[in-house]
Amino acid sequence: MKVIMHPPTIQSRRLWLTRFKNMSFLLAGAWFSPLTVFAKKEDAAIAIQAITGGTKINQGRVTLVIPPLVENGNLVVLKVSVQSPMTATDYVKAIHVIAEGNPLPNIFTAYLTPRSGSANITTRVRLADSQTVWAIAQMSNGSFWQGSAETLVTLSACTEAI
Amino acid sequence: MSKTSRTAITMPAQAKKGSIIEIRAIAQHDMESGFRYTEGGKIIPRDIIRTFICTYNQVEVFKADFYPGIGANPLIIFTTIATETGVLEFKWSGDDGYEATNQARITVS
Repeated sequence: MKVIMHPPTIQSRRLWLTRFKNMSFLLAGAWFSPLTVFAKKEDAAIAIQAITGGTKINQGRVTLVIPPLVENGNLVVLKVSVQSPMTATDYVKAIHVIAEGNPLPNIFTAYLTPRSGSANITTRVRLADSQTVWAIAQMSNGSFWQGSAETLVTLSACTEAI
Repeated sequence: MSKTSRTAITMPAQAKKGSIIEIRAIAQHDMESGFRYTEGGKIIPRDIIRTFICTYNQVEVFKADFYPGIGANPLIIFTTIATETGVLEFKWSGDDGYEATNQARITVS
């Protein structure tokens, strides 16, 4: 009985192993593919280019707060504040938030006026992946300032099917 | 076809003249991103709120553009200066003729 049973078991085990090997290769490919990562950053660069029109972006003045570790990317509290006196002559015109790992990098744009009093915006966003999120502030004098925050997302938004 | 939904505003009813008040505006909306699929593999069309406008006695003080990156039931917290007694009006508009309005009174002393 045992002698008859033996050969088929080994056969199927080998088959299973080879299949698994192929599968793991596929998985690793999808995970580490540098091409897809690059493509996403390119999208963000295009979105930023569309906002600034090629104007140089200065570092600083913008503070972006997101939790460093996010369990669920579907609802992430994002807080952005810009240092500005908010007077009629010197104020923040707009704040653009760009997530480089999202399928559509633009998250939101807020248009402020001197009557805003302060440049503090809080909202809840979706994050598709662990990534860097950028906030770009457009000042009334035409200059651009940016700040960024990095985050680790364990459960991505917009992958689940319903 | 026009749609609407529940919205809520949280802000102080009274304020000192010249002080900065915080306004929280939330609208009930799925914000369907247009990147999700059904089990049958069909893409679910995008259905989101596109713009939010806040006017203070008919003067626009704040505006925001939303994209699919905003979570469901969009909440936005922003500030404005309490200049005079009056009405703040809030308006959301989006895909498929979605429109919602809300308003809140403020007494400035």
